[in-house]
Amino acid sequence: MVLDSGDTAWILAATALVMLMTPGVGFFYGGMVRRKNVISMIALSFIAFALVSIQWVLFGYSLSFGPDVSGFIGGLSLAGLTGVGLDPSGTLTIPALAFMMYQLVFATVTLAILTSVFAERVKISAFLVFGLLWTTLVYDPLAHWVWGGGWLAGLGALDFAGGTVVHISAGFSALAIALVIGKRKGFGVHTMEPANIPMALLGAALLWFGWFGFNAGSALAANGLAANAFVVTNTAAAAGALAWMAASWYHGRPASLGVVSGAVAGLVAITPAAGYVTPLAAIVIGAVAGVFCYGMMLLRIKKGLDESLDAWSIHGMGGVWGALAVGIFASAAVNSYTGLLSGNVTQFTAQIVAVVISVGYAFGVSYILARIVDATIGLRVTENEEYVGLDISQHGETA
Amino acid sequence: MKMIQAVIRPEKLDDVKRALEEKGFIALTILDVKGRGEQKGIILQYRGKKVEVDFLPKVKIEVVVQDGEAEAAIGAIRASARTGKIGDGKIFVLPVEMMARVRTDEVWT
Repeated sequence: MVLDSGDTAWILAATALVMLMTPGVGFFYGGMVRRKNVISMIALSFIAFALVSIQWVLFGYSLSFGPDVSGFIGGLSLAGLTGVGLDPSGTLTIPALAFMMYQLVFATVTLAILTSVFAERVKISAFLVFGLLWTTLVYDPLAHWVWGGGWLAGLGALDFAGGTVVHISAGFSALAIALVIGKRKGFGVHTMEPANIPMALLGAALLWFGWFGFNAGSALAANGLAANAFVVTNTAAAAGALAWMAASWYHGRPASLGVVSGAVAGLVAITPAAGYVTPLAAIVIGAVAGVFCYGMMLLRIKKGLDESLDAWSIHGMGGVWGALAVGIFASAAVNSYTGLLSGNVTQFTAQIVAVVISVGYAFGVSYILARIVDATIGLRVTENEEYVGLDISQHGETA
Repeated sequence: MKMIQAVIRPEKLDDVKRALEEKGFIALTILDVKGRGEQKGIILQYRGKKVEVDFLPKVKIEVVVQDGEAEAAIGAIRASARTGKIGDGKIFVLPVEMMARVRTDEVWT
């Protein structure tokens, strides 16, 4: 295809928007941990960004988007970005390099979301090793299956901007790792006060802002579909914020952290659906996500599971709902696909299959990886280091 | 009257507050402080290199009680703040000459 300057300009801008989501996750998470771990929490996101940036250039992009090897993984012919050039490739109208960079920022933010389960107790060296293994063995294959010409897309499952690849994979991996790494010392016994709620709110603002690049950019063109994704993204976020607020108000006071968590839940749920549903459907998708993810968070706490910052309940379960919502609300008025509401059952079953496979793969492989890293170099810091806090013990700094 | 100053682990504040309340000591003041004890905080070991973290965050509680109640207050703090490990804190008892309420002209000596 011929290079389109409008499309290229938009994707370059969208890439920068999505980049901001990675530190956004850091500030969102960092504000919610105790003061002694704020720097560590933000640093994990920056480290995730740097680590995956290099991995992606060296071989990650090739594993995800290289020539298909039996549906499972991309070949290594694009390693080191060999042949990824200034001109468009395939059906794209943007430089291959721009596409590669746009996909890079998705891979980085996914590892950043996963830092939720490492909060306040991970050894920095273990995170580096685990992060590299995880992005290579969980993220890259999933990205290939869904977007890189792999077998999952062949089953007819739709995922516009990464509900399965990004959110289900990060969320259910976090759940698996939580079972291996264990609870923070004092979890469920002492109150663990968030260090800085305004900073968490600012982080959520960066996420909401960056998400326009995440979803509207996934049209890979500056066109009507991008505009639709932009509108439904904002609509679902707003509905999620109000829904979580209302649900938590019923149980007490409407905490600000609940409002923004609801917004993130709405953003997660609309992600796979952004290119297939109408704005009115987005209100339902976002509102259901807000209440559903709030309920999942309560369930997690009730079960005494220290998946500390709710990557599972918000990204994992919100991603599951979003993937199913595509099969319910997909409308021919937006794109050429239809869902249950238009009488199409096939799409819905394809979505279920995609959910089950991505949940199973992410959970299973992450569990094994976490076991291996824990048995070899150990995932956790010592008890004293945890008590003093990771800011001092891992970074030698104080907030 | 006595003032009881207790330097405790921050995460034990809720437990201590509850224990004091059960004994009838409602009024208290708390301060975020940092300090070290005789063991000079915590020493972290990094491949032979020692890192001393000597000033650790603590919470200081101040409670004023009648002379005869000091033992009960100390007992409540000890029972609720103790983990048995180094760094549980210290309790100091000081004489109080007078207590005066701001809202009225009441004075206790």
